[in-house]
Amino acid sequence: MRIEGAAVLVTGASRGLGAALAGELGRRGARVVLVARGEEELFRRVDELRREGILAHGLRGDVADKQSVYPLLGAACALVGPIDLLVHNASELGALPLRELADTECEDLARVLETNLVGPFRLTKAAVGWMALRGRGLVLGISSDAAVVGYPRWGAYGVSKAALDHLLRTWAAELKASGVQFLSVDPGEMDTRMHEDAVPDADRAQLLQPASVAREIAGLVARSESFASGARLELGSLRKAA
Amino acid sequence: MRPAAWPRERAAARLLHIDPRARTLVDRNVADLPALLTSGDVIVFNDAATLPASFSVSTPRGPAELRLAGPGASSAEWSAVLFGAGDWRRRTEDRAAPASVATGDEIAFEGGLRAHVERVSSLSPRLVELRFDRAGAALWPMLYRAGRPIQYSHLVGPLSLWHVQTPFGARPWAVEMPSAGAGLGPASFAGLRARGVAVTSITHAAGLSATGDAVLDAALPLPERYAIGAPAVALIEHARARRGRIVAVGTSVVRALEGALKQGGGMLRAGLGVTDLRVGPNTRRRIVDGLLTGIHEPGGSHYELQRAFAPDALLAEAHARADALGYLGHEFGDRALVLAA
Repeated sequence: MRIEGAAVLVTGASRGLGAALAGELGRRGARVVLVARGEEELFRRVDELRREGILAHGLRGDVADKQSVYPLLGAACALVGPIDLLVHNASELGALPLRELADTECEDLARVLETNLVGPFRLTKAAVGWMALRGRGLVLGISSDAAVVGYPRWGAYGVSKAALDHLLRTWAAELKASGVQFLSVDPGEMDTRMHEDAVPDADRAQLLQPASVAREIAGLVARSESFASGARLELGSLRKAA
Repeated sequence: MRPAAWPRERAAARLLHIDPRARTLVDRNVADLPALLTSGDVIVFNDAATLPASFSVSTPRGPAELRLAGPGASSAEWSAVLFGAGDWRRRTEDRAAPASVATGDEIAFEGGLRAHVERVSSLSPRLVELRFDRAGAALWPMLYRAGRPIQYSHLVGPLSLWHVQTPFGARPWAVEMPSAGAGLGPASFAGLRARGVAVTSITHAAGLSATGDAVLDAALPLPERYAIGAPAVALIEHARARRGRIVAVGTSVVRALEGALKQGGGMLRAGLGVTDLRVGPNTRRRIVDGLLTGIHEPGGSHYELQRAFAPDALLAEAHARADALGYLGHEFGDRALVLAA
């Protein structure tokens, strides 16, 4: 899709990959709305982007909150126009330190699913109608290799990401001829707060930088038409193939 | 006619096809819509999302309910109508008059949001122009937090925000749901396109449908803002050049398109505008051929607009038939398609 001039909404955009991706898309000419729960970090990031000359707005909101779906989307559309690109980046790991399923509280699993799956479902449902009406648009889910591999202690998160992939795959099948595209991207392991929460003793030198991953994802968005809707793209494999 | 007293399963909507040329009435379902259109036609939706536009406010002379009526030139500027004690459960015409407001008065909303009265209308002291104390990203979340959906006494309970959204709404310019398109989503667009029908949208700030103030109600609809994009103009002009029909989903689309054409001196141009066009029996339609709308009671502005599409006798017959068939009225009710085959 054409990024220049596009209206973009990125969830979980106050730090990590979401913050980097909002910046990268903004640098390529998109009008970006950043959504995050934490007000202070969010508006600091918005100010940074504006100083770069990017047309950026911040909206405080929790994607897991059913009541906030239309207020977030409505405000975003009022600020940058109907959304052309919706990026589901906000994620919840669950209880920390990560733990095996036998030790996972039902409520913790439900909370992870609410943020990583049900929230994206609601936002997509609210945004996709306009996209289908206009015959264009892209919904992008940020996935993980934990969606494919059953890593010990990553159960709640992995289940939610597998379900998010499948949600987008199903949407792609249902809106096959609509002109609206659905993609999942597995970015690989990045040097982010979330990664530190999950793997506190990781060797950070081995981790990817969010800014470079954001450039790669923006590159995928720019040539999204070359991928089948519903595809799950692994940045690691794409990097090797290139 | 019985009103739909609560939002219903979308698939349930019935559709009375009124053919003004053949003078026929056929009982159908909204799902049949693609079959009633043909290749080369264009169907135009209003993609305005609905704001929760009813607010409990404090004015210098007492509390009131304030209903936004429509956006002005910037996000901080709105027109609004004040209501006295009570809420939606009471019929608007039975509500007490609100305390009067004057130019310069401050109006306080829940959550710390404030606005000033910039002008009081000469039409009614209840109709005012407001300027909020903030705009843009600082204003929208506060409006959403403080507001409730506007609703009327034919409903049985308080609505949630999602009840008043169409499946394809985007910019929150409407204060009441552009309800003719409710229930028509991606599957309907696919069905229409498979039929060769072009699908597009405009944005029209659909305003209040009633205020209970006789003078104001007689003046409805008030001037409303619209935006028509280049894609819609291209599809509509392409169809017109080939004698395709232009079908409006909702009276707001008729108003936007006919209003824009009038302002453009017969040319439809992409852009923003405000229309004060009132469509009625004597309006000569220049662009819209057909209308998908609700089942409207004679007398209101929606019914008046329908008279531009079909003779009075046929509309009266249609209303009686819909009633006899058990059709439901109002925003969550059944539909009529006025279109010559």
